[in-house]
Amino acid sequence: MSDLALWGLCLAAGLGTFAMRLSFVELYGRWRIPPLMRRALMYVPASVLAALVLPAVVYPTGQAEWVLNNPQVPAAMVAAWVAWRWRNTLLTLAVGMAALWGFKFLVA
Amino acid sequence: MPYRSGAHAFMQGARALLPLTPGVIPFGLVTGVMAIEMGLSPGMAMGMTILFYSGSAQMVALQLLHNGVLPVAIVVTALIINLRFIMYSASLAPHLHHLPRRWTWPLSYLLSDQSYALCTLKLSSGELGPFAHYFYAGTAVTMWLAWQVSVLAGVYLGASIPQDWSLSFAIPLSFLALLIPGLQSRASWCAAAVGGTLAVLAIKLPYNLGLVTASLGGVLAGLVVERLQASSNSASVEGAEGEAQ
Repeated sequence: MSDLALWGLCLAAGLGTFAMRLSFVELYGRWRIPPLMRRALMYVPASVLAALVLPAVVYPTGQAEWVLNNPQVPAAMVAAWVAWRWRNTLLTLAVGMAALWGFKFLVA
Repeated sequence: MPYRSGAHAFMQGARALLPLTPGVIPFGLVTGVMAIEMGLSPGMAMGMTILFYSGSAQMVALQLLHNGVLPVAIVVTALIINLRFIMYSASLAPHLHHLPRRWTWPLSYLLSDQSYALCTLKLSSGELGPFAHYFYAGTAVTMWLAWQVSVLAGVYLGASIPQDWSLSFAIPLSFLALLIPGLQSRASWCAAAVGGTLAVLAIKLPYNLGLVTASLGGVLAGLVVERLQASSNSASVEGAEGEAQ
């Protein structure tokens, strides 16, 4: 692909993303959020975050393939418990990475 | 707590975001390394990072560039992954829309998963007081700097990071650390369970529609559980879903 086409691609994706980020902030008042959508929005973070986390844990290669002895699954379970018990981001990351290295060592 | 001044609120916002940066930095490093490995020049890699300002969309775009997919299809896929920003925008709009455009346009560009997750509850509870948008700006600017600097570091580090450190696992871990403490009601637990399960099952859907399908399914599950609980136990305060707004 030429450099010009690549810059065009980045500009199009960037402007589109900006338009979506701005959408309701700009239109607020002219286009009210329906009450059902307002209630639905409360469940967006939980739903989207879980939809980002679970496939990334279950499919370590990024492909739709199961991996036997996938150390990410037990490591994520330990990290989820730490996040639930202590509600601390840094601790969750540290324990999660340590658990991953530990389980990889056990599997190897 | 309400803040004394805009500067105070901004600094508190910046400080609130700092614990999230360890989850962002490895992702930024990997993005920078991948951009160089796909044959982009350092200038192009950083231009892309500034224009997208969305790690997951940028990673997918790099992957598709590598596979030789049509540019139009790459743009559409990146935008589908970013559809969630419309929902974030709707959720933040009541707290930001009254500001002039010199505030709303930059703040909208700076909207990210991390600063949204940090600010959404604090904004809707009103606990931040009149300088709430400075607090949000503090989280957003800090996130932007952390992201740009870590991608830049990745661009210059190149491929010298050992593969067996598995640093990319820090991405789902950081999302997990944001997700779990937010699960305060039975309805939000169900939203997360259904969203996550659908995303695993729908991984093979084309154009990355799996993420969008799963997110919508999870939201629907949350609404259904909320409705069921309200009708079965309308007098009870238990399951304090839906009343936070």
